[in-house]
Amino acid sequence: MADAAAAEINWREDIFQAIKTLEIKQVHYVPDAGHSHVIDKCLVDPDIEAGMLANEFEGVGVCCGAWLGGQRSLMLMQSSGIGNTINALGLATSGRFPFLSILTMRGEWGEFNPWQLHGGQSAEKVLEASGVIVMRANYAHEVGEIVLAGARLAFHSYCPVAVLIGQRVIGAKVF
Amino acid sequence: MVENLLPRRSSIHRLLEGRTDNLLIVAGLGSAIWDAESAGENPLNFYLLGAMGSVLPTALGLALAQPKRRVMALMGDAELMMGLYAVPTVAVRSPANLSVVCIDNGRFGETGSQVSHTSQGVDLAGIARASGYPHVMEVHNETGLDALRTAVHHTEGPLFAVIKVSSDMPSVVMPIRDAAIGKARFREALLGERGLKE
Repeated sequence: MADAAAAEINWREDIFQAIKTLEIKQVHYVPDAGHSHVIDKCLVDPDIEAGMLANEFEGVGVCCGAWLGGQRSLMLMQSSGIGNTINALGLATSGRFPFLSILTMRGEWGEFNPWQLHGGQSAEKVLEASGVIVMRANYAHEVGEIVLAGARLAFHSYCPVAVLIGQRVIGAKVF
Repeated sequence: MVENLLPRRSSIHRLLEGRTDNLLIVAGLGSAIWDAESAGENPLNFYLLGAMGSVLPTALGLALAQPKRRVMALMGDAELMMGLYAVPTVAVRSPANLSVVCIDNGRFGETGSQVSHTSQGVDLAGIARASGYPHVMEVHNETGLDALRTAVHHTEGPLFAVIKVSSDMPSVVMPIRDAAIGKARFREALLGERGLKE
């Protein structure tokens, strides 16, 4: 179950509002239930070019390409896809590109699927070893401000930043 | 069947003849860079010397950000294979200003010229057709190169082209290797002062 505050704080909408505040123009995603509200709102926003990717690997290149072209962008993904990004992250680190991703976490808070532990438990170590600055939100009320801070760090200081949304915020699937 | 195979370097030079600042190029990995750089240093070329498989995704992000410019993703067949899922992704996202140009020599040229997927029957143009690209070209001769050059500049894309080249290995023409410098030069040339100060 999600923590009690999550029921009152609309952290999903807070992420979307941060995207608007930051004037992010491209949002790329590998679908995830935790991101569904943001994905749906971005897809119908006339000021945002939003769309799907087949693999998280593509997200690094697409976002770096957006920056080459003068636009801020964002990658939405799930912790299980981190492994797919490792080789591509060399573009962001070698080029000192801003690369902002928001990741919903699995494999940590009451996870039922043991396969999710591989990506979830290694997420922070793998990202940090790959040169990505990791910021984490464990409570719904802090999601919005951490996304804003992480985005500013990425776009103003030209670095890859991953904002992890803890599974405690999202709520574990219960079967 | 004996295929008519083009020489890679002069083919790329012919493709880039008469280039204007309206064309932005993302190229990698290895030989595709030497080919582009040998046609003339240009800050509107961005090169990936690593992160193999990322040329097409990078070109996609750029094309979406700059819809009024023409964008070319220039890569070898192995670079494209490594990030193959970007082929259908580009078809779905469908940027009209993006051209995918694959220099297909059927070899892993940089690693000892081992045969690659495309000389074992994999049909990249067929993959593009099946993915839904509105324009797919297979180039086997100079007439085809000239048609491709026109298409890169004018066709409502996305365009997908495979240039069938021989496995010759022209000399290395090394560009600036530092991607941070490449990025800064590219953004300055494209965006002016904002590109450096943002």
